[in-house]
Amino acid sequence: MTERSTGRAAEGGPAPSAADDVIRTRGLTKRFGGGQLAVDGLDLTVPRGSVFGFLGPNGSGKTTTIRMLMGLIAPTAGVATVLGGQMPQSAGRVLPRVGALIEGPALYGFLSGRDNLARFDAADPTADPATRRRRVGEALERVGLTAAAGKKAKAYSLGMKQRLGLASALLVPRELLVLDEPTNGLDPQGMREIRALVREVAAEGTTVFLSSHLLDEIEQVCSHAAVMSRGRLLVQGTVAELAARAQGRLVVRTPDVEQAAKVLAAHRVAEVRAGDGRVEGTAEFGEQVLAELCAALVGAGVRVHGFGVERGTLEDAFVALTGEGFDVAG
Amino acid sequence: MSRAEVSPEEMAPERVAPERAVSGAVVRAGVRAGVRPQTAAGFLALFRSEVGLTFRRARTLALLSILAALPVLIGVVVRVETGGESGGGGPAFVAQVTQNGLFLVFTALALTLPVFLPMSVGVVAGDAVAGEASAGTLRYLLVAPAGRTRLLAAKFTAALVYCAVATAVVALSALATGAALFPMGEVTLLSGDAIGPGAALLRALLVAAVVAASLAGLVAIGLFVSTLTGSGIAAMATTVVLVITVQILDSFPQLHAVQPYLFTHGWLSFGDLLRTPMYWDNVLDNLGLQAVYVAVFGSAAWARFASRDITA
Repeated sequence: MTERSTGRAAEGGPAPSAADDVIRTRGLTKRFGGGQLAVDGLDLTVPRGSVFGFLGPNGSGKTTTIRMLMGLIAPTAGVATVLGGQMPQSAGRVLPRVGALIEGPALYGFLSGRDNLARFDAADPTADPATRRRRVGEALERVGLTAAAGKKAKAYSLGMKQRLGLASALLVPRELLVLDEPTNGLDPQGMREIRALVREVAAEGTTVFLSSHLLDEIEQVCSHAAVMSRGRLLVQGTVAELAARAQGRLVVRTPDVEQAAKVLAAHRVAEVRAGDGRVEGTAEFGEQVLAELCAALVGAGVRVHGFGVERGTLEDAFVALTGEGFDVAG
Repeated sequence: MSRAEVSPEEMAPERVAPERAVSGAVVRAGVRAGVRPQTAAGFLALFRSEVGLTFRRARTLALLSILAALPVLIGVVVRVETGGESGGGGPAFVAQVTQNGLFLVFTALALTLPVFLPMSVGVVAGDAVAGEASAGTLRYLLVAPAGRTRLLAAKFTAALVYCAVATAVVALSALATGAALFPMGEVTLLSGDAIGPGAALLRALLVAAVVAASLAGLVAIGLFVSTLTGSGIAAMATTVVLVITVQILDSFPQLHAVQPYLFTHGWLSFGDLLRTPMYWDNVLDNLGLQAVYVAVFGSAAWARFASRDITA
């Protein structure tokens, strides 16, 4: 199961043509001055209309990739195509159709939220100054900042700054929204709001490219995902496909934990873990095997309160792929 | 998130099915989020925004108020010290100030041009790109996309506008102070000819314009330094140190071979415009030198900024 073959497999199916890919990179590589390889031969394909989760621990090359996609840094080798234009050469033509939040919000602290948006809007030569006031007002309302629009940005909380950053990405209708860790540093309520907004934008037909180190975030909002580790792409595909790769886990609920663990281990169930009132393990769980296991437990006098297989999660898939936990650096 | 009218059905699609999404993108994004043409008004908006931003920074306003206070200080000192009797020596044109308040404009410009004006210009130009980089706003301007050449041009324009405003602040403050403390009226030029107050004001305007243009070379240098670093403070300090160093070099007689090429060398040539007829040679040499500095350091700044990886 090499990374390249899985990448290709994920692209298969009803074969969307290259024109339908919003982002397409081939052999994208970035080596920084110090010789450090930040991104290594990335082949990424983001289909139009997807909510694409870009997963990986901190330091795995996600942000460097996003900076190359946005034309901020030039690739050392390979090609990055966004909305049909090669980056960074086509930045002027491509980027007005892209909204982006990169490595957290950055604002002019001495300007109000409203003036910050007007400033970033003025930077886009395709944005119409005549409609600026209205569009800024709408973007503020959309992220729920209308009441705080006149406050100086330095008085904003991190969540408000994050929302103002999102508002600036939504100043004009976009074909692609690139969000780098959009829920970083937010409280659970703030996270829910951002996710709801992402779904809303996606429902309008905007492709969303969302980087995150939070697996449940990707599982909640994304249709597709790619996993990065140490600058390389491990796998990409639909979230359902990825989660299906994870092995299921047998869970037995019982007060006789020790006895149950012994029985399971005797029946070649691997990674048996005994917890409080439950025992878990992994194996190939065909129907026949499950029936036998259950019978064996009962036969050994284990009081079985619950018995079943839990579906694999994206986290299981990720741990299996990278051999490491996810929240490496939180 | 504040749009209550969004139906649950629209909010619900957690996993957007590819087929549905593709058609949605074609219909909705194709119409609403398509390619927009670049307009002249849109292109110029960044220049306006940049100039506005420069003058909304508290730092700029502080610099301008210092520049406004200096002529008042000079006027008061001259008034108190001479006490009606004009002694020799002192800075350029000081002897004339007591005769005519309008000369305070030229004195103030001659006193602020070597240090205060270039220092404040160094702060504004040095911070132009580096300040945005250290605040992180540079990446958002570039993905907007401001365009690197356009952004640099807007920064250069705003810094030039600052030069003009800073010079005007010094001149106007000096004019007001001069009018309050000293007699006004007919002005006796350095060549001994007398001109009326209206003509004298025109001369003052011309001198202020030449002084402002004298700072253009420094603006280009500051902008270039600004593209080299991600720290606004470092860029400002480097630019200001450069101004001082060059003026020290300009004072060594041993270096007279290179001195005509130092950007500060012709700064005080504006005094030649206070004669009849006006003597333009040195003034034009100075302006030509500024143009060369703008071309050289402007190109260097562009070459550096257009190809640089923005990692801040």
